Amino acid sequence: MIELLWSIFDIMLVLLLLALAWTTCSTQDVKRAVTLFIAMGLLLAIVWARLKAPDLALAEAVIGAGISGALLLSAIKDYPVTPMVSHRSRLIEGIINSLTLALTILMSWAVWHGLNMSDGIRLSEQVFSQLPVSGVSNPVTAVLLNYRAYDTLLELAVVLTAVLTVLTLNEKRSDYQGSTSPLLQGMTRWLVPLLVVTSGYLLWVGAHAPGGAFQAGAMLAAAMILLQLAYPSRRAEFNNYLLKILLVIGIFTFVLVGLWMMSRNDDFLAFTPAWAGTLILIIETAATISIASALTLAYLGGRPGGWEGRGSEGKAREDTHRTSRSITENGGAG
Amino acid sequence: MISEQLLYSLAGIGLFGIGLRATLLHHMLLPRLLALNVCGAGVFLIFIAIAYGGIDVMADPVPHALVLTGIVVAVSATAMALALGRRLETLNDE
Amino acid sequence: MIDTLAILAIFSGLFFFLSGSIGLLRLPDLFTRLHALAKADNVGLALVALGVIILEPAVVNDIKIVIIWLLVMAASAISSHLVARHALRENRNDD
Repeated sequence: MIELLWSIFDIMLVLLLLALAWTTCSTQDVKRAVTLFIAMGLLLAIVWARLKAPDLALAEAVIGAGISGALLLSAIKDYPVTPMVSHRSRLIEGIINSLTLALTILMSWAVWHGLNMSDGIRLSEQVFSQLPVSGVSNPVTAVLLNYRAYDTLLELAVVLTAVLTVLTLNEKRSDYQGSTSPLLQGMTRWLVPLLVVTSGYLLWVGAHAPGGAFQAGAMLAAAMILLQLAYPSRRAEFNNYLLKILLVIGIFTFVLVGLWMMSRNDDFLAFTPAWAGTLILIIETAATISIASALTLAYLGGRPGGWEGRGSEGKAREDTHRTSRSITENGGAG
Repeated sequence: MISEQLLYSLAGIGLFGIGLRATLLHHMLLPRLLALNVCGAGVFLIFIAIAYGGIDVMADPVPHALVLTGIVVAVSATAMALALGRRLETLNDE
Repeated sequence: MIDTLAILAIFSGLFFFLSGSIGLLRLPDLFTRLHALAKADNVGLALVALGVIILEPAVVNDIKIVIIWLLVMAASAISSHLVARHALRENRNDD
């Protein structure tokens, strides 16, 4: 009976997920698509919780639905109201549909075949056997920050690269022109300290319970975005020096610890078991600060002072104006 | 009945197919970006479905860590794609 | 006995969520839909949280669940207010 209920729950969850994805991808209204995408992110968080992945549920709710939703909503603010329809010919649409269907069927066969084969050696055995010497007791944190620490270092580098691109490309987006609601400001005064405390809690508890640096950093970024939404006129000018330090401190600490361990143990990022817990906490704290500032800046955009381009597009516009004016003058004279 | 691993893996493949079709069909940036994120969600679902052991058994933590990295990288890529799209619009307007 | 009480609470909470969803789909106006959603958030979640608190033995987790309920109520109140305010300013009465 319990099994049957769980199966019904699973099937309904899967059907709902597929329906949400289909509507997101095939609706014609931009705002509806983004809203459904945020809802799909939250439903995905429930699916992660069902599949016994609580760290992922936290991360998906904060990053996938929260930060991603804020980014998308900010991007469609001035979007043209054209409906999103595909302009391909019927033939190409038919080809794409049939090829995708064939690929889906093929992949389903592959997964079904792969799941029916005998279980190979799973890395989880090694993870759990080495867990006591890894310095933490949450296996996901151990994998992220001890066994595969190099991957996390490169992930921080990827986030930094994306933020640098966002920061250098566009001018500051114009803020919300209307007046902000005092209700929002009042609630922000209560929420932001709560978010900061929760973020610190998630960072600390990541060692022995679901949590960790990414969830904590994204929650801090959400607090900063909330502040920006509630008090848009008080948007602080970037303190350039502090900004550069905050963005880089995660990778810097990571590499420093790695090099120190290399000098002791002959291997980059090989933690000595006695210090592993402390080192992981230090790295996680720096990573939290880095991720929080990176995600906030990815939302805010704009160029901090001193980071303008060579002014080439401003000069090009000037040249075009001068050229067109001289052409009309000469055309008028000749 | 059907095992949870198989059910959620098929759901992940379905998500990937839906997202892939929408990516190929549209020509504007934003619907393609949303569809690519749906593709990514499908791939994550396949990972976590394979990592699921049972209701009483601890799940395999290695795919969890990979998907956590994937979620953060996906949101950074979305931010970068939106910035690039906005820049292209400004360049096209000039 | 405890289980029946908890199941009763959770199912009545589910009834409120169901009516909120039906209201979201069937009501004609933006403001009426916000009204329906607020009922689902506040009362429905309160009943589900009550059922979960009955089932949960540790007091620390019960306090956390109550705090979560309060935060969700605050968030739903704020978002309904902001949506209605924006719709009023734009003088839009439809979707």
